[in-house]
Amino acid sequence: MSTTASELMKTPLNAAHRALNAKMVDFGGWDMPVQYPGGIIAEHEAVRTRAGLFDVSHMGEIRVKGPDALALVEHLTPNAVAKLAIGQVHYTAFLYENGTFVDDLLVYREGEQEFLLVVNAGNSDKDFAWVQQHAPAYDCTVVNESPATGQIALQGPLSIGILQPLTRTPLDPIGYYFFTHGEVAGIKCLISRTGYTGEDGFELYCAASDTERLWNAVLEAGRPQGLVPTGLGCRNTLRLECKMALYGHEIDDSIHALEAGLGWIVKLDKGDFVGREALLAAKSAPSPRKLVGFKTLEKRDIARDHMPVVLGGTKIGFVTSAAPSPTCGINLGLAYVPTELARIGGRIQIEIRGRAVDAEIIPTPFYKRTK
Amino acid sequence: MFPADLKYTKDHEWLKPAGDGTALVGITQYAQDALGDVVFVDLPGVGDAFAAGEEFGTVESVKTVSELNMPAAGEVVDVNAALADHPEAVNEDPYGKGWMVKVKLTGDLAGLLDAKAYEALVSAESH
Repeated sequence: MSTTASELMKTPLNAAHRALNAKMVDFGGWDMPVQYPGGIIAEHEAVRTRAGLFDVSHMGEIRVKGPDALALVEHLTPNAVAKLAIGQVHYTAFLYENGTFVDDLLVYREGEQEFLLVVNAGNSDKDFAWVQQHAPAYDCTVVNESPATGQIALQGPLSIGILQPLTRTPLDPIGYYFFTHGEVAGIKCLISRTGYTGEDGFELYCAASDTERLWNAVLEAGRPQGLVPTGLGCRNTLRLECKMALYGHEIDDSIHALEAGLGWIVKLDKGDFVGREALLAAKSAPSPRKLVGFKTLEKRDIARDHMPVVLGGTKIGFVTSAAPSPTCGINLGLAYVPTELARIGGRIQIEIRGRAVDAEIIPTPFYKRTK
Repeated sequence: MFPADLKYTKDHEWLKPAGDGTALVGITQYAQDALGDVVFVDLPGVGDAFAAGEEFGTVESVKTVSELNMPAAGEVVDVNAALADHPEAVNEDPYGKGWMVKVKLTGDLAGLLDAKAYEALVSAESH
């Protein structure tokens, strides 16, 4: 935390955030808005009921293109890349040989042999090196497009109504986890119907130099409908309510994909990929721990990231992410617990500043939008 | 932003002497802004006594939790029960409706900062 603002990396929207009086924080080496003056709860509610606009330009973009592009991406990720249609996106991961996470990511299929991989900001350099390390055996190019790319995420039920007047591209036909290319406010964009909030919405990728114009155009167009700029604070509470994993919390290089409840991105029958053997073995010998959702029983007991899960005075697991939930009005969290205790209605305890408090395992996701 | 009739700690609590040996205690504008939306304030019971600097409760926001430290030695004679249902008062009115405890002072106010010294401290922290 000794890093000063001048050493932090900045997105093309840094000045725009400051002009909006955002509270800026060091997020994995990036100077990012955690909230604007409205506050996290108001921003969270805006995304659930109207719309919010996030700067996610810090995310990393890696383009893989060439005759063996499909083979390389298939080798590096557990999900079935061959099944992606051109114009389709899926959630997947880079795994180590032991099945634990290098990172999680989105794969965009731009062409038969062209893919855009969108990775976490804090892992971007590691991910690029990881892809490069495996690339020499494949006939394709790997380009880190992160510095040249801006990205904003318009999220919330009113997103489509806000965005449509700004583009001639029909948005309604773009299905969830599909994308297309078009112009928004006269700016060339990749328009992706994806997000990290559990709401309908669009992620717009554009040239870094166009990002501020795009941000201002969308923000201005949406203001009359209640669109507000939204920061990383509510991004975290929104994704937590939907049980979406965050690297460094639910997933990291000590947790494998099956324990994390991400078996659905692991296609063991698709052919070989890095981590497959370990996950095959893990499948026949189930993990002793499992990721569960919990709520604490008292209003005053607010669990936080990384607190111990205890039972009878013994540490039996750990909290990955936890916070008071603005939508649900209760104190929620995700935690790894022994598999034999991982049943709905089961009781565990969270150690909060030396005090063991009661919590109940409840169904996840905590929040699901009504379509 | 930093009323002149209050005394301050370097941990961002304020203390307002009432002149009758009691004082109100809360957290500063700077502290509430740094915490963000406050969702719960855990306060002690009436009759609890604390030394200067001792933890007397916690304040929880959506994002984080912070300890509350007593600015001066004292015994709690009242707590702001309204915060149980309206913790947002700490954000909206930190020097007024967001007060936390009232204490009967049992020691002196040595070591507390005046508004000017506190403002200098905050200004140094935010740059």
